[in-house]
Amino acid sequence: MFAYAIRRLIQFIPTMLGISLILFLLLNVLPGNAALMAGGSQDRDIDPQYVERMKKEWGLDKPIYIRYFIYLKDLVRGDLGLSFLRREPVNKLIAARFWPTLKLAIAAMLIAVTLGIPLGFFSALRQGTWLDTFSMIGAVSGVSVPQFWLGLLLMFFFSVKVHLLPTSGYGDGSIKNLILPAITLGVGYMALIARTTRAAVVEIHTTDYIRTARSKGLSELLVNWKHVLRNTMILVLTTVGLQFGALMGSTVIVEKLFSWPGIGSLLVDSIFQRDIPVTQGCILLVILVFLVVNLSVDLLYGIIDPRIKYE
Amino acid sequence: MKKTGILLLVGVLFLGLAVSNSWAARSGGTLNFMAPYGGDLYGLDPHKSTRVQDFLVSMNIQRCLYRWDPDLSKPVLDLATSVDVSADGLVYTYQLRKNVKFHNGRAMTADDIIWSYNRIMSPKVASPYARYVRIIKGAQAMEQGKAASVSGLQKKDDYTLEITLEAPVNPSYSLRRLGTAILPKEEVEKKGDGFTTDPVGCGPFQFVKWVKGSEVVLKKFPGYYEAGRPYLDKVVYKIMGEGAARDIAFRAKELDATIVGAAQYPVYQRDPVISKNMIEVAEMFTRQIGFNQDYKPFANKKVRQAINYAINKDLIIEKLLKGKAVSPVSFLPTTSPAFNKNAKPYTYNPEKAKALLKEAGYEGGFTYECIGTANKSWGVGVVEATIPFLKKIGITVKIQQMEGAAMAEKIKSGNYQAYIWSLGSGPDPLQALRRWKSDNPRTAGNYVAYNNAEFDKLLEDAADERDDAKKMEILKKADGVFLDDAPIWFFNYNKAVMAYHPWVHGLKPVAIEMMYQDLTSVWVGDDSPRATAK
Repeated sequence: MFAYAIRRLIQFIPTMLGISLILFLLLNVLPGNAALMAGGSQDRDIDPQYVERMKKEWGLDKPIYIRYFIYLKDLVRGDLGLSFLRREPVNKLIAARFWPTLKLAIAAMLIAVTLGIPLGFFSALRQGTWLDTFSMIGAVSGVSVPQFWLGLLLMFFFSVKVHLLPTSGYGDGSIKNLILPAITLGVGYMALIARTTRAAVVEIHTTDYIRTARSKGLSELLVNWKHVLRNTMILVLTTVGLQFGALMGSTVIVEKLFSWPGIGSLLVDSIFQRDIPVTQGCILLVILVFLVVNLSVDLLYGIIDPRIKYE
Repeated sequence: MKKTGILLLVGVLFLGLAVSNSWAARSGGTLNFMAPYGGDLYGLDPHKSTRVQDFLVSMNIQRCLYRWDPDLSKPVLDLATSVDVSADGLVYTYQLRKNVKFHNGRAMTADDIIWSYNRIMSPKVASPYARYVRIIKGAQAMEQGKAASVSGLQKKDDYTLEITLEAPVNPSYSLRRLGTAILPKEEVEKKGDGFTTDPVGCGPFQFVKWVKGSEVVLKKFPGYYEAGRPYLDKVVYKIMGEGAARDIAFRAKELDATIVGAAQYPVYQRDPVISKNMIEVAEMFTRQIGFNQDYKPFANKKVRQAINYAINKDLIIEKLLKGKAVSPVSFLPTTSPAFNKNAKPYTYNPEKAKALLKEAGYEGGFTYECIGTANKSWGVGVVEATIPFLKKIGITVKIQQMEGAAMAEKIKSGNYQAYIWSLGSGPDPLQALRRWKSDNPRTAGNYVAYNNAEFDKLLEDAADERDDAKKMEILKKADGVFLDDAPIWFFNYNKAVMAYHPWVHGLKPVAIEMMYQDLTSVWVGDDSPRATAK
């Protein structure tokens, strides 16, 4: 397994290089540039001399292939460049925003897993009952409800009506600022995990080894706890892992709504301002996280299920 | 007689109490304010930033030689108590305030102003605000690397500064810009790039912390030069770009004031409490559809005038924008010192529009494409609203929605037929109109490539005129020429609206940008939930 892990890690390199090239080309053919955008969306007296000077300083007057080689040379050394507009190293900007996004993603996934797995599990055990029906209606609603709308609703109830939680902001980093954004983000994934868990449990209940376990005289509790749950986890784990990777890249709406200082909001702002180094850095980070999470899920899969062998 | 005297005395006492209660400011407390424009701040080094989002925070940390007075609607001296101007209008001698201190405790002197302006013009810093210091003699030479410093800055003594200009212009409009703020050299050099996230100034508030993407916290600077000010102990700027989230935070009393968007405006107007605590101002932004005169129909003045007569802009303002805009006359807004009260706007008159089109040879109409963004106040939604009006006179409009950066590039390259946008139209009316001068290229703001010799001459005369009142009269005429030529469809002047809770006092209608609130004289009453918060 160790060799497999090393091989997969090595495969990251060409993947990241390929993505960096596609990303670079896409971002550099987009119309508009950061110097023009420096004044914001309403034209506020941009100095044309400043625009030309900035284009030179940021290397935007060089041919695209030269710009890519300079970028690649820095990328190999781990240097993501300087933000055009903030004039700060991109590494530093991203580092400051990474923990809030990770914290939000972990909290959202904890909510999703803690509520979603039991919900799905018990719905499957009580198929056709009111618990099953309402859980699945809830699951469909959770997946369908727009995050923006849900977030505003939660804000209105918990902040305006009952004055229990702050509306937005990171505050001092305490948990009370995290609750509403985490719920808003986690609800959709909770619904997905509940449905996946339910489907897995229903399928496993029809397998031969579960029938064998019952015929050996094991109690239903023991059958579910020792056999059904463990085998369900294999399937659910894959979903959770993949969802976590996707979640890290989909925090934008929640971050913007709750003024949460994460990678998502940094990425969106940089796209609109054509701050190319920041955009590239954020996207590369999200992709790297996705690759690492995928690899972790694959390795964990092998640990949980001894039948899996990596070559 | 005695009874009357006593009654009179009691009456005067009550009157005195009532009046004193209405303006007795209270020291202390925290104001939760907002930074509502898009995402996070980019930086708090005023010489390097260009964004409103950064400046609305910076303006309470920093000070300039001049500041904008929202009551007078013009720049006034701030770091100086008086100025003498030479007969030729080129030499300005400032007597600086002697009690100005930076947040590190050091007194501000003429050396600091000289250092700050030199820093702005330094090629190493490449400040976007160099254009405002370029008015000083020798500034351009320094910017081009031909001089080590700006020769037009002379220190007479620690508190007397002489500035020699390149030309006899009014420096107040340039040197009130926050990008020309006076900074302490030792702090900038010590912190280097770190100054942008840990600034020091001589303004009423000191920087405390910036939680990236979330909030900026400032605290009272006890050494501020105005005795007893600022009133507030702390200001927290909450970075909130979403109007709906701001609305909820305001209702939850987490924000003491909020900028009101088009969606909230009619709701707030109907609220019995909030409606009593709103300030409105016609901001210096003119919303328009610009006509590219390279596109043949738009080369004809009668066509452009016809479009102005054909569209019922007041109806669009009322129904689409819910009244959150000011009906325009010409390019300069009602708050501009050169706004002509007697000028006649284009009124809705489809018959006149048809007649003008016929005279222009376009009786059968024509088609044009208009580019715009998704902005609700000056985007493609507004263009859609003009379609039925223009259809009545035979003009068909096609819409192309674009993203802001892409549209800006298209407009500046002249690669469009018409655009809808919002452009700054103040505070200096000469600068505002100079955008449209024929020698100003598209890339510098003359997006419709406007070219009118009479207009150009009037601007040159205004630039040469030293008497302010006469200058304004000339500019009114220039604005009138622009109105008659109709190179744009005059849509509206932005109506900026701010709502605040009843415990907040001292916010003002600031025409240059409502969010540019100088919090020096803002205070919160005892009924604020943060009245005693530090």
